[in-house]
Amino acid sequence: MIIGVPREVHAEERRVALVPDAVVKLQELGFKVLVESGAGARACFPDELYREAGAELVDEPSVIWEHSDWIVKVREPQRHPKLRKQETGLLREGQILTALLAPGQNPNLLKKLARQKVTALALEAVPRISRAQSMDVLSSMANISGYRAVIEGAHHFGRFFIGQITAAGKIPPAKVLVIGAGVAGLSAIGTAQHLGAIVRAFDTRPAVRDEVRSMGAEFLELDLAEDGTGAGGYAKEMSAEFIKAEMALFAEQAKEVDMIVTTAAIPGKKAPTLITEAMVQSMKPGSVIVDLAAASGGNCELTEPGKVTEAHDVTIVGSTDGPSQLATQASQLFSNNLFKLIKHLGEAEAFKLNLEDEITRSVTVTHKGEILWPPPAPKAKPKPAEPLVSPPEPVVPQSVAPSIFNGKVVIGFVAVLAVLVGWGGSSTFLSHLTVFVLACFVGYMVVWNVTPALHTPLMSVTNAISGIIVIGGMVHLGGNQPWLAALAVLIATVNIVGGFLITHRMLGMFRK
Amino acid sequence: MPEGIITVAYLAASILFILSLGGLSKQETARRGNLYGIAGMVIAILATISLIRDGSGFLWLIPVVGIGGAVGWVVAKRVEMTAMPELVAILNSFVGLAAVLVGIASSFEAGQFSGSALVIHEIEIILGVLIGAYTFTGSVIAFGKLRGLIGSKPSMLPLRHQLNLGMLSACGVLGAGIVMAEPASQVTLLTAIALIAGLLGVNMIMAIGGADMPVVVSMLNSYSGWAAAAAGFILANDLLIITGALVGSSGAILSYIMCRGMNRSFVSVIAGGFGVAEGTVVASGKSGVEAQEFSHEEVAAALKNSSSVVIVPGYGMAAAQAQYVVREITETLAKLGTKVRFAIHPVAGRLPGHMNVLLAEASVPYDIVMEMEEINGDFVETNLVLVIGANDIVNPDALSDATSPIYGMPVLEVWKSERVVALKRSMATGYSGVENPLYFRDNTRMLFGDAKESLTKVAAALN
Repeated sequence: MIIGVPREVHAEERRVALVPDAVVKLQELGFKVLVESGAGARACFPDELYREAGAELVDEPSVIWEHSDWIVKVREPQRHPKLRKQETGLLREGQILTALLAPGQNPNLLKKLARQKVTALALEAVPRISRAQSMDVLSSMANISGYRAVIEGAHHFGRFFIGQITAAGKIPPAKVLVIGAGVAGLSAIGTAQHLGAIVRAFDTRPAVRDEVRSMGAEFLELDLAEDGTGAGGYAKEMSAEFIKAEMALFAEQAKEVDMIVTTAAIPGKKAPTLITEAMVQSMKPGSVIVDLAAASGGNCELTEPGKVTEAHDVTIVGSTDGPSQLATQASQLFSNNLFKLIKHLGEAEAFKLNLEDEITRSVTVTHKGEILWPPPAPKAKPKPAEPLVSPPEPVVPQSVAPSIFNGKVVIGFVAVLAVLVGWGGSSTFLSHLTVFVLACFVGYMVVWNVTPALHTPLMSVTNAISGIIVIGGMVHLGGNQPWLAALAVLIATVNIVGGFLITHRMLGMFRK
Repeated sequence: MPEGIITVAYLAASILFILSLGGLSKQETARRGNLYGIAGMVIAILATISLIRDGSGFLWLIPVVGIGGAVGWVVAKRVEMTAMPELVAILNSFVGLAAVLVGIASSFEAGQFSGSALVIHEIEIILGVLIGAYTFTGSVIAFGKLRGLIGSKPSMLPLRHQLNLGMLSACGVLGAGIVMAEPASQVTLLTAIALIAGLLGVNMIMAIGGADMPVVVSMLNSYSGWAAAAAGFILANDLLIITGALVGSSGAILSYIMCRGMNRSFVSVIAGGFGVAEGTVVASGKSGVEAQEFSHEEVAAALKNSSSVVIVPGYGMAAAQAQYVVREITETLAKLGTKVRFAIHPVAGRLPGHMNVLLAEASVPYDIVMEMEEINGDFVETNLVLVIGANDIVNPDALSDATSPIYGMPVLEVWKSERVVALKRSMATGYSGVENPLYFRDNTRMLFGDAKESLTKVAAALN
């Protein structure tokens, strides 16, 4: 089976789908690899490296498309400037195409591919399950975008990120707000943090709060309780009320922060507008907005995809090709993910798509003339995006201690006892009993709210107070057993004096 | 003095005692609470003095109160804060003993009762003596265990529960005997009850392990209250009844809170003889993994490089009297701009709130001393956790290992921080006898030795 790697035709694209290392490994799996000459040049992988790796180099792009059984690309098919026709036109029936096809946004492309009976595999459609994490191109690219967003933002930001105290005065640290704490957001948080900025982050999914905090950023929260976790661990759209509260938060933050990185994208939909023109206006002059959702419409009203613009003294970066800026490493990661996916899909000999498999089914968007997008819902609830710390599942301690006041048996027993006592007891005894029971409840009410820090003083003061038994001894002092009574008085006095004094000593030590 | 005045005085004292306990619930009002208690006690005693009609009573009263007061004064002035658990235990025992004495003394003067009132009076006396004796010996045993005079390991007699039930029913039989018998033989029977109840107390508390002492001490505190209340019934004295009930229910609540802190059942506490999960002894499961050590200098360096430090004190800090040097380290770090806080587990130490008192003694401000619920969520963003002589309260197995005897007990989740430094005398297990996998974690380092000596060296390295 022959895998073909054409040169990317998009003007801004510098990545290449497979790097020489992957070519070597694919040959071990029995694949033959054709590479268009110059395919890796812009990612710093010259033709010689591919040749050394054992790939066959082809000068003519049409030859690649013609001779390969499996075309692997980074971007979806475009108009080929050299051949002056659409790349889709170069495909033939039964051929496999793997690329970032954006199946949600490109229904026409899917229709076309299905009509051509091409088997199309969309890299975005790798399911978010732990088994498939090594094939998840989106995550590895998002990681790069997040890093790049901060670096680019810092470049346009005319001030220090890190706070410093110098002989010439104090420089405050920059404040960065990251909206959306997916992989890109977390990567942006980490990068900004390392540059020394104070980082805050917001996300509609409360599950990511701990991840944000583990990166050292502050997690901004709304008072509303609504979980924005959608299918596959991505975000979903929120209610109007939530959006209102969230916009108020952004408006307030915009006045304060020096840089905003937005990463809020909802799969298959236009990105939500989160930063309005008014918010941009309220930002300090010289501030920067980096909009990572520029490709799908942008989170900021003023974003122009692929361009750096300036409005109201604020620089707005409509970042669309972050990963391309770090083409070498982006290609390496892309290629690793792709290799893992190819390896998962099957051997070179007797290659056959197994649509029963969850991952294979999910990435296959067209097959034998049929559109298979969207894939069926994932079987199990996926984990939130790449937990950075894996906390052990907290076990909620069961409150085993049964309250004395419940349990039918106890109530019944008490009732019977109460009737018996009421029947036979003298009126003096009953009035004492009343006092006793009421006092128990008073004690319960009074002591229940004691702060744990004061438990020891509380015990010593109750010790002193229970020395009240001294009066029991005192009334017997005049009786016929003064010895017993005197002994009782003696030890009770130790309690009273000792208890109060030690409590006094202890309380004197507590200070704020 | 007319009867009415005494009643009013007792009412005033009761209210003052309630205010006293209420005041103790907050730091701001705690001192005032103690003063209310003292005022209540003074009023109660003065009113009672007026009841002593016989001149010979005063002859007894003055020297006895003088001696008792002096002893109490000296003890309270001298006692170390680390010895608070023992002090509380022994003071509990006094109340128990006093209740026994009052009960026996009353049995000589049952003349004014007859018919059902007499029966009720006799039952009150029996209960008072029973609870009092149990509290007395139980507290003495608890004192001995806390003081180290008796081994802290639970010692259980075979057929312990049957034995306890037997003793209890023997008391019942003797009690019935008292109700039937002539007044002359009552004192003998009552003394027998006191002895048996005393044995019961010994047997029950002996069976409880050292780690459960916070629960035991507060439970005995509660019993001392019930004993005082019983004495109140005997003497038909509302003030005693009210005060006893207050103390009894406050102790019961404290033990309930402690039970919750250790995930133990309240009922099994009352029954006594809890302390080790029956039959489950966990063998060291982490064979082959070595705990990694830190030197004093490395600990100091790690502290210096952290921006957020949490200190978890345990009984080891109390035992080594290390609270002052801990304060010193806290201050040094605070000067370096490090955020230092303390995390207190509800059952750390041997007495509820024990660690708070020790830290207060060393002048650690109480607003950086956090409770478990307050701080458990913060460990994730903590650079370094210093565990000083605490073991079971930081054991991850309590959350993750269903076979562990301490499974289900809420613990401080220190392992979520970047680095844990655990100070320990040796690799021995804690009181529950459970291996702690915390010490074998990748992010844990051990510093062996006496907590005070180790920390003194760390403090020196810090400066």
